[in-house]
Amino acid sequence: MTQRNVCKLALADGLVLTGESFGATGTSEGEVVFNTGLMGYQEVLTDPSYTGQIVTMTYPLIGNYGVNTEDIEARNGKVQVRAFVIKELSPVVSSFRANSSLHDYLAAEGVIGICNVDTRALTKRLRTAGAMSGIISTEILDDVELVKRAAAIESMAGSDFVKDVRPEAGYDWAEGYNSEFAQAHRAHGEKTYKVVAIDCGAKVNILRNLVECGCDLQVVPATATAEEILAMEPDGVFVSNGPGDPSAVEYTVETLKGLIGKVPMFGICLGHQMLSLALGAKTYKLKFGHRGCNHPVRNEATGKVEITSQNHGFAVDRESIEAVGGVISHINLNDQTVSGFTHPEKCLFSVQYHPEASPGPHDATYLFDCFRTMMETGNAPTPEDMATAQDKLAKAGHI
Amino acid sequence: MPRREDIKTIMLIGSGPIVIGQGCEFDYSGTQACKALREEGYRIVLVNSNPATIMTDPEFADRTYIEPITPEAVEKIIAIERPDALLPTLGGQTGLNVAVEVYDRGILDKYGVEMIGADRDVIHRAEDRTEFKNICIECGLDVPKSGVAHTMEESREILKDVKLPCCIRPAYTLGGTGGGFVFNMEEFEEICQRGLDYSPISEILIEESVLGWKEYELEVMRDRKDNVVIVCSIENFDAMGVHTGDSITVAPSQTLSDKEYQIMRDASLAIIRKVGVETGGSNIQFAVNPKNGKMIVVEMNPRVSRSSALASKATGFPIAKIATKLACGYTLDELPNDITRETPACFEPTIDYCVTKIPRWTFEKFPEADETLGTQMKSVGEAMSIGRTFKESLQKGIRSMEVKRYGLGLDGADKWLSAKRGETTGSGEPIDYPIEESKLNRKLSVPSQGRMYYIRYALKMGMSVEEVCEKTMIDPWFIVHLKELVDFEDVLEATSLEAVDEATLREAKELGYSDIQLSTIWQACPDAVRAKRKALGIEPVYKLVDTCSAEFEAATPYYYSTYETPLKTVDPATGEVTEFVDDEVRVTDKKKIVILGGGPNRIGQGIEFDYCCVHAAFAAQELGYEAVMVNSNPETVSTDYDTSDLLFFEPLTLEDVLNICERLNGAPLGEEGLLHGVIVHLGGQTPLNLARGLEAHGVPIIGTSPESIDLAEDRERFGVMIDELKLQCPPGSTAYSVEDARKVAAGIGYPVLVRPSYVLGGRAMEIVSDEQQLDIYMTKAVDASTVGRDHPILVDKFLDNATEVDVDCLSDYGLLPDGSKPTNPMAIVCGVLEHIEEAGIHSGDSACAIPPYSLTPEIIAEIKRQAYALAERLMVRGLMNIQFAVKDGEVYIIEVNPRASRTVPFVSKATAQPWAKLAAKVMAGCALEDLGAAEVADPPYTSVKESVFPFTKFPGVDVVLGPEMRSTGEVMGIDTNFGLAFGKGQMAASTKLPTSGTIFLSVFNLDQPIAAKLATQLVEMGFEIVATEGTARALTEANVPVRVLPKISEGRPNILDLIKNGEVDLILNTPTKRGPQTDEGKIRAMATLHQIPLITTITGAEATVKAIAAFREGGPNPDDNWTVRPLQDYYANA
Repeated sequence: MTQRNVCKLALADGLVLTGESFGATGTSEGEVVFNTGLMGYQEVLTDPSYTGQIVTMTYPLIGNYGVNTEDIEARNGKVQVRAFVIKELSPVVSSFRANSSLHDYLAAEGVIGICNVDTRALTKRLRTAGAMSGIISTEILDDVELVKRAAAIESMAGSDFVKDVRPEAGYDWAEGYNSEFAQAHRAHGEKTYKVVAIDCGAKVNILRNLVECGCDLQVVPATATAEEILAMEPDGVFVSNGPGDPSAVEYTVETLKGLIGKVPMFGICLGHQMLSLALGAKTYKLKFGHRGCNHPVRNEATGKVEITSQNHGFAVDRESIEAVGGVISHINLNDQTVSGFTHPEKCLFSVQYHPEASPGPHDATYLFDCFRTMMETGNAPTPEDMATAQDKLAKAGHI
Repeated sequence: MPRREDIKTIMLIGSGPIVIGQGCEFDYSGTQACKALREEGYRIVLVNSNPATIMTDPEFADRTYIEPITPEAVEKIIAIERPDALLPTLGGQTGLNVAVEVYDRGILDKYGVEMIGADRDVIHRAEDRTEFKNICIECGLDVPKSGVAHTMEESREILKDVKLPCCIRPAYTLGGTGGGFVFNMEEFEEICQRGLDYSPISEILIEESVLGWKEYELEVMRDRKDNVVIVCSIENFDAMGVHTGDSITVAPSQTLSDKEYQIMRDASLAIIRKVGVETGGSNIQFAVNPKNGKMIVVEMNPRVSRSSALASKATGFPIAKIATKLACGYTLDELPNDITRETPACFEPTIDYCVTKIPRWTFEKFPEADETLGTQMKSVGEAMSIGRTFKESLQKGIRSMEVKRYGLGLDGADKWLSAKRGETTGSGEPIDYPIEESKLNRKLSVPSQGRMYYIRYALKMGMSVEEVCEKTMIDPWFIVHLKELVDFEDVLEATSLEAVDEATLREAKELGYSDIQLSTIWQACPDAVRAKRKALGIEPVYKLVDTCSAEFEAATPYYYSTYETPLKTVDPATGEVTEFVDDEVRVTDKKKIVILGGGPNRIGQGIEFDYCCVHAAFAAQELGYEAVMVNSNPETVSTDYDTSDLLFFEPLTLEDVLNICERLNGAPLGEEGLLHGVIVHLGGQTPLNLARGLEAHGVPIIGTSPESIDLAEDRERFGVMIDELKLQCPPGSTAYSVEDARKVAAGIGYPVLVRPSYVLGGRAMEIVSDEQQLDIYMTKAVDASTVGRDHPILVDKFLDNATEVDVDCLSDYGLLPDGSKPTNPMAIVCGVLEHIEEAGIHSGDSACAIPPYSLTPEIIAEIKRQAYALAERLMVRGLMNIQFAVKDGEVYIIEVNPRASRTVPFVSKATAQPWAKLAAKVMAGCALEDLGAAEVADPPYTSVKESVFPFTKFPGVDVVLGPEMRSTGEVMGIDTNFGLAFGKGQMAASTKLPTSGTIFLSVFNLDQPIAAKLATQLVEMGFEIVATEGTARALTEANVPVRVLPKISEGRPNILDLIKNGEVDLILNTPTKRGPQTDEGKIRAMATLHQIPLITTITGAEATVKAIAAFREGGPNPDDNWTVRPLQDYYANA
């Protein structure tokens, strides 16, 4: 076995894990969260929603298929997590798709990895005590010092992390699925719709899905104003995912307030939370969030369950969204939290989870078709629209 | 959609006897189904011919039919019970095939029975090769180039397009029977013909070869609202080309990126929808080209399968239970996840460990069989292991196999280590290491059992990973992990038990090395390694199998061990640092009874023992103890998380079991703690072999003491005891050397029965008739190196033409768990089983009957008297099995086993008593008297157990029965008289006895008088008798009309032609000559191939004639001459 440097991870509550270092060396801080996906570590690493976080994978064998040039979710191609915590780093890369090993990738990206630690014990701690701050270091190896520093790290709540990942300026995006291993292209009408996507740290597979369902896409930064967006005369506006506490992204919420009711809107994850806030609803921090590829969500309109990809630490308060006219369209069956709502009066809908998958199941890609239908009809998706879109997806052989 | 209210009675079809390709996983699924239906309040009608199953215990269904699983029997049951629905998807291929047949015969329509779970059309779409292929193509998926043939002409036509090499798959056969890969025209002709013969619809698929591609399986569940989830993905260690049942497999898949996996998931969803499986589980297999990711669909099972059992145990998701509830109308989101209780069953399990399944083969039982692994499954069982890494789980898996391997090398069978140490084989030969190049290449490129060890040798000999991958076609991911272990051996070799530091020892344990491996490389004793390890604080932790990777708290206590890195807690206020390891076992204050299971199924140790262990768990719970189950066999009911209070999925080795006992006792072993005791007597020889070691470490063994076990198994001590009791054994003695054996044999006179001590299932047991044969036996059949003080050979006089009798008895003579003497002890004979075949045929291979059909009351009384005496003298507390031979009115003791035997479930079913459960209670300390247990009078019906053999899987093997056990399973026939009961047993074992037609007779000289008598009866019944010269002469002399056939070598048409033409309906052949090359061997092999009923003992022939007579009695249609009855009715009338 290769002898690696000692690396330590300390949590604010005093838990210290001693393991070996891979990837880059140094010190890094962030909120420690766990992801239960069995695969898809490269998509996780490059998902801008993980900005500011140290991520541990609950599956113990990571790096098996290396990393490749396709499974990257950040537009800038960079690794987004602060540090990566795993049980065992694969001694081999076995995939014709790979162009690098996970170790080399993180080293080149300057991101610290720690392996050979009890990730299950860590996960259990995060489950019982809640997501909390942590520090990882190959330099500071004094347990007490590490814990002190971890305890001093500010909570993610209340901080704007979008500013770190939003683009400086707008850009055009015309690329659809980029891989022969992406799901199959879906047939849609010839008409294209002009869509403005607000990028708060968007996963590129969302943009690809929008293109795939016939959106003529222009992307604007999270700082864009409602006036600027409306001036582009879009058929619909999409609000992307992103990191951190939605309530800290006041400028985007303001923009959304200026857009709601004027144009059909669709939001995903942080976008869903910010749309709720813009409507006057509340959000709150979950104890340890939802991160993984196996979360069951029931579409309340059709009664069907989809297995979804999720990555969020905050959630929309159910009563408050219903109080402002939101109709709950999707429920997370694990804990009954709000997974999606429509707002029939304002012609918008949004979901907490990730229909673009990547990583995760493709069960919810019908939502992109719903967005298209919404732009066609000018109405928020009705139960019939949802059922039609779901049915079309299932009939299309799902692939 | 909630439970269906329009259905009241549901019929469930089991899978029948354990055969290769269909093991006890279907008892697991059927039992779960029964429990689930019971929970929902449905009336359950069950049919299964296998008495060794938990599901056929009368309390699991309302009406339990132990009847043949044939359309005729099923129709009779339907006519009586009038079920509303038939659930065909939980009884394996057997259940599915019979369901299809009763549907096709219009029986379901006639009685208004609905097929739930999967209907006829769905089954057809999934199972019919052409239909399925078209469905895949419609879904936009790739399938291998292929064509379906019904004749040899069609086959050749298809080959023009498909091209060699290709794969032949017969339609509707179990475990791929009859198929295979072919590389040249000769093989093509042979295997196509064989496949057409085996397929019940004479249909084969000729398919493009995807040899060497990666193989995957996905377990899919769907409900009536079209919710679909993937329960588990499985990746095969062995590439395409090896049947998945013969492959080492891991879960979850390892080398697929999420993108590739999701495409496979999408494909699974598309297929299950298109096939239309409305509710329940299916399994879909894929092959992926490792060079470019091209994916093709291989096949689908629209039912719960062996892989479903594995997936259930690997994830904690109870596939069979959920499939049953879905069939009753529920949807996935309405059902809770049993493990978390808070979250729904409608999700996809995610796991935080690596699961390895390793198949268990028994080629040693079939020395003539081809050991090459291909598309036809040959393994008889499997073990599963769980570890946090692949390396740990693989090494745990290897030591779970119980084949004297304790991990990847570094054990007694390690050629590298033996050669390095200059050791020789027992016969003085140098060790075969380094492996000769051509042999090594063959061992790597031809898949067979033990290939993994040769991969290790290749790596040790310096072969590159790339070259190993190229030769084995195994993915580099696996090979590099093996290489890591091989490299770590250098670290171990460079140190010693004294010198090793904590970090290295901990790393060794994290890599899965057993104490035995470490003690072997360091030349120390395993206990010293254990002591050192404990002194350094290196102990296993137990983690939960929870379906969700710790995201939610788990309610079920299902554990596996691992060695994990310690963690620390820093108190921020004081700066105090505490180190700890994260162990999740919840130990309550309740006293515990640990039940050790039997490990992987093998011939001689199978489902019967799991049945006993499950009953022990129930018994412990009934007495208020916590039942703790330890087992490594994923196919079992015992490893279901709701069978016991705590489940440890662990290898059954001393080290692993001691660790569990220590953890649960809460006090050092040997001191009073939470362990009430450990039961080693119910899981077969595996746990029994651990008894001494456990006791030596202070583990309280309850039930018959290890001392008594030793007394029964040590021939010398046993002999003294028999003399003291004035009982008799066939004369014989123990030999500690080859020379010894010759002397003993000469002293008692040939023929003699020779076998190694301490074996189960007649392993390496043989009857030899002279010294020359004895020598051959000693050098070949037994590795002479193992003969010695520890492994003596038993040499006994063989009693020919004796009647063999099995007796199971239950006694409470042994000391109570607290060491005190019982007050009013006794022994009860549970059942006296008279064998149909004479002594000399392994008891596990014989048919037998309760009550005895020919023994006199005096003999039975004498047998019972001897059983009581032995139970008292051996101080048995629990079950004991005795084998007697009766010859000329004398009773001889052949063997005594103070543990549960494989006959216990059959005896329980035949006598309506839960003997295994009573035994466990007695072991825990109850008195038989207080339990109200008593001997039962002979029931007014006869139960016959018949054995089922895997000969069709091993073409070329001579099917003659002998002292080496070769059957994989058993069936039971039950009826009011012996003839019908025996006949039903034959029917259940797929032997269709004729009631008219032609019978071929060829018997051993000494059997001729009886044969003539039987032939006379058969002629009277209207049969035509054909025979070759010798037998024909004897028959003619006895005035039996007979048609004479030429010997095979002398002319045609001979008997082989008759068999091929379907012109003979039954063959009675008692062997004169053995071996596949003899004329007789050829006849037997041909009969097996063409599934012509074949009887090879004269006593079996007598029983067969009785059965034929019984089936002829009544109307002209034999199927009208027998009836079906549930156990509940038999018991009520008894």
